[in-house]
Amino acid sequence: MRFTGADDYVATDDLLVAVNAAVTLERPLLIKGEPGTGKTVLAHAIATALNKPLIAWHVKSTTKAQQGLYEYDAVSRLRDSQLGDAKVQDVGNYIVKGKLWEAFDAPEPPVLLIDEIDKADIEFPNDLLLELDRMEFHVYETRQTVKAARRPIVVITSNNEKELPDAFLRRCFFHYIRFPDRETMARIIDAHYPGLKGELVNAALTLFYDLREVPGLKKKPSTSELLDWLKLLMVEDIDPATLRAKDARAVIPPLCGALLKNEQDVHLLERLAFLARRDGR
Amino acid sequence: MFINFFFELKQAGVPVSLTEYLTLMEAMKRGLADFSVDEFYYLSRSCLVKDERNLDRFDRVFGHVFKALDKPALGDGEGGPTAEIPEEWLRKLAERFLTEEEQAQVQSLGGWDKLMETLAQRIAEQRERHQGGSKWIGTAGTSPFGAYGYNPEGVRIGQDRSRYRSAVKVWDKREFKNLDDTVELGTRNIKVALRRLRKFARTGAQSQLDLDGTIKATAENAGWLNLKMVPERHNAVKVLLFFDIGGSMDDHVKLCEELFSAVRGEFKHLEHFYFHNCPYEAVWKDNRRRREQQIPTWDVIHTYPHDYKLIFVGDAAMSPYEIVEPGGSVEHWNQEAGQVWLNRLLTAFPRSVWLNPSPEAYWERTVSTRILKRLMGDRMYPLTLAGLDGAMRGLS
Repeated sequence: MRFTGADDYVATDDLLVAVNAAVTLERPLLIKGEPGTGKTVLAHAIATALNKPLIAWHVKSTTKAQQGLYEYDAVSRLRDSQLGDAKVQDVGNYIVKGKLWEAFDAPEPPVLLIDEIDKADIEFPNDLLLELDRMEFHVYETRQTVKAARRPIVVITSNNEKELPDAFLRRCFFHYIRFPDRETMARIIDAHYPGLKGELVNAALTLFYDLREVPGLKKKPSTSELLDWLKLLMVEDIDPATLRAKDARAVIPPLCGALLKNEQDVHLLERLAFLARRDGR
Repeated sequence: MFINFFFELKQAGVPVSLTEYLTLMEAMKRGLADFSVDEFYYLSRSCLVKDERNLDRFDRVFGHVFKALDKPALGDGEGGPTAEIPEEWLRKLAERFLTEEEQAQVQSLGGWDKLMETLAQRIAEQRERHQGGSKWIGTAGTSPFGAYGYNPEGVRIGQDRSRYRSAVKVWDKREFKNLDDTVELGTRNIKVALRRLRKFARTGAQSQLDLDGTIKATAENAGWLNLKMVPERHNAVKVLLFFDIGGSMDDHVKLCEELFSAVRGEFKHLEHFYFHNCPYEAVWKDNRRRREQQIPTWDVIHTYPHDYKLIFVGDAAMSPYEIVEPGGSVEHWNQEAGQVWLNRLLTAFPRSVWLNPSPEAYWERTVSTRILKRLMGDRMYPLTLAGLDGAMRGLS
């Protein structure tokens, strides 16, 4: 069982090694990187490539570790008891399985994605230490221990909003997805839009990397934005020549709304365009 | 066998632990590194580095430790190898690079021991040449091995297996350089300390089930369910943060930035202001426009309710006149003395502390620090985790 990338996911060598190490040694894999470099998509790609089901647990600021294990639905039990339902005798009827339990229970080990773990409370990773380490936990209400027969492949993503505790990190493999270089990016584009005109790709890439070099951008455009933009370019059937125009007037790329996501950045670019025009006069 | 590597990493300040080292060993045992140097590099990086800030340091150590291979690994004893290539690795390497005939030929010519010895030297040299970036590959034809008819060895390591080159390049490039320490560091500990100040209150829409209330109401209702809801809990603590900026505070900028980002993440109701040395009649929110956009201190006092908690951050090191005399400020003519303004702030916001980034041992020696400490009613704490803890207790 080896992960070698997927049709629509271009993985670099170092990422492959990290994924395969995590799969073979059955440890969680922690993925970090700039937003939009394909952290979440990686889990999907692994699941598709290894032909395993994907269980995604999207973490929010209000998510508690316990919710990943199970929840005791006390309210329905209370209601059922009012209605005299016979179900009420067995507390097991009111234990709602969480994503982790689902993953442990699955007949074949799935890929478990814990997405954006840094969004949760600062103690969240600590509360999952034992569960991820031993892949088991105890259900107090029914006094049973849930144990994964075969350990799922755990992929954890983080955007670095909060620091993760050392004890948690020690149990993971770690990979930082670097921003892809031009060559890799061309492969990524090819994986998503096969047969795209080389000329357009080239012109778009040059413009894109130039844009990323602009100092002072609040949010640099990333892979996912480039892909959106390319799609737009294709739909609008933009001529590659317009992208290549070295004319100072063209500092603002066409359809730049797909690349720049806040008005300060657009202003900055406009100002630069203005300066370039003035100097070029 | 990679113990040296491990210790060098530790020395270089990459936080590695035994668990991670053992994981790496296990991974090696399972053949994950695939007997190739760049895969070993990727694997060890994935095992041992858990934070992108440390990637650069890791690359440096990796380059250093494995460059040491080219100090004659198996030749002269002087200077000895820093990292030894495990024998089995070499054997595998040889198996990969040589065809069966060649192996047989080698067998007849000198046997494995000799081959491995030479191979090891070759690998060591190879790495050295590449790092020097010179033309060694091209001269493979003149390698002593050519005479035995197994030139491919020299060539393959250098040319076909260009991964060697790329691998060395990868860690010599130090692509992660500018990530080092750009991200907030150590704020986790600060945040944990700040949690002491949390005060939960329930305000807003009733969205949560109040279990205790429901049980009580249901019991009162003779067993018929009577659901009670309560609003969700929020951290209701409100904080005003006053930062001393510039001058002697420049030494503490990093610490203050950490504190600032931690505080920002922890408290929803937070306002920050800057002052220089001692608060006077005006403060400001943006250092670039501190002259134009000043906020009168009276406005601060009148704007925020008195349940806001007040935190000063400053080293309190200045001339005593800046606190006790009108006109003492180093930057402008102040009509009223700093201590008058400080007292006004303290009266308006009775829950207040002063965090001082300079070491506690020096406080007694600085007159201004002594004065401020007295003005603060002894609620001056060092900007350390313990101090922060104490300060939060003092505030709550």
